[in-house]
Amino acid sequence: MKKKQRKKQGKIEGKVEMSHNQWYFLAGVFVIAIIIFLFKPDAITPSIQFFYSFLKKIIPIICLIFVLMFLINFFVTPKQLVKYLGKKSKSIIAWPVVVIAGIISTGPIYMWYPLLNDLQKKGVKNSFIATFLYNRAIKPALLPLIIFYFGLAFTIVLTIVMIITSVFQGLIIDKILGGKKKKK
Amino acid sequence: MNERFKESVVKSLRAMYRSLPIIFGVIILISLMNVLVPKTFFTTLFQGNLLFDSFIGSVLGSILAGTPITSYVISGELLKQGISLIAVTAFIVSWVTVGIIQLPAEMMLLGKKFAIIRNVTAFILSIIVAIVTVTILSIL
Repeated sequence: MKKKQRKKQGKIEGKVEMSHNQWYFLAGVFVIAIIIFLFKPDAITPSIQFFYSFLKKIIPIICLIFVLMFLINFFVTPKQLVKYLGKKSKSIIAWPVVVIAGIISTGPIYMWYPLLNDLQKKGVKNSFIATFLYNRAIKPALLPLIIFYFGLAFTIVLTIVMIITSVFQGLIIDKILGGKKKKK
Repeated sequence: MNERFKESVVKSLRAMYRSLPIIFGVIILISLMNVLVPKTFFTTLFQGNLLFDSFIGSVLGSILAGTPITSYVISGELLKQGISLIAVTAFIVSWVTVGIIQLPAEMMLLGKKFAIIRNVTAFILSIIVAIVTVTILSIL
């Protein structure tokens, strides 16, 4: 019985996930690019060069995110996630965990949307997702560069203020969305 | 165990299939933006008014996209041109916390309401973070 239910649920999920909106979006972007290139043909080569160098940088991150998604799907059950990061979670440990996860995560913010989408579907609170995304702004590897441009005191104060703000934003989002899961 | 392994791989592949076109689209938009908007353009937008400049800093940071390193380089130039530290801080913070270019992607994958509320609050908070940071620094 359980197996049958899981199969049915999988089929429903599959149908939802196989929608074509993402391809319409990509097609729209291609149309914009073609229009720009028609009016500004000298932008073609530098844009393609920039795109190529950017793509080279993010391919390892795409692989990393795939592995993380697989590990979460394999080892962590939605029940466990909901217990610690879900709507009724009262765990104080969850906040520092989300903050640290956001800080240590690498790559562009949008690379993490698929994983977060997955977690959201499993019942993780929107506040935690927002806090994670906010902390993506703090990059330990880039701290020396900020220190170089703005000084040590500025870097320390900004980092602390941003960490506190990330939790504050999570709480605001929780208040506004009421800790609801994404509606399909 | 084997079935669970297979199921996890399929689930992860499905999620990637759904997200990759969106990620590629965002990268194309960022590439276009980086080539079409010259970095010297930004200094012309600031007026010398602290609040207005902070707002402009946040708006610019929200619209532009790319690696944070680019934002630091632009910020260094802005500071050299005499733009206030609050405006520059608002610019850096919104650059990394607000994303207009990736908003369609965020709305598609994390929900419209969530994406809009997150970006709007991050925009407002970028100005507040800038003011608080610079105020604390002036006290220290």
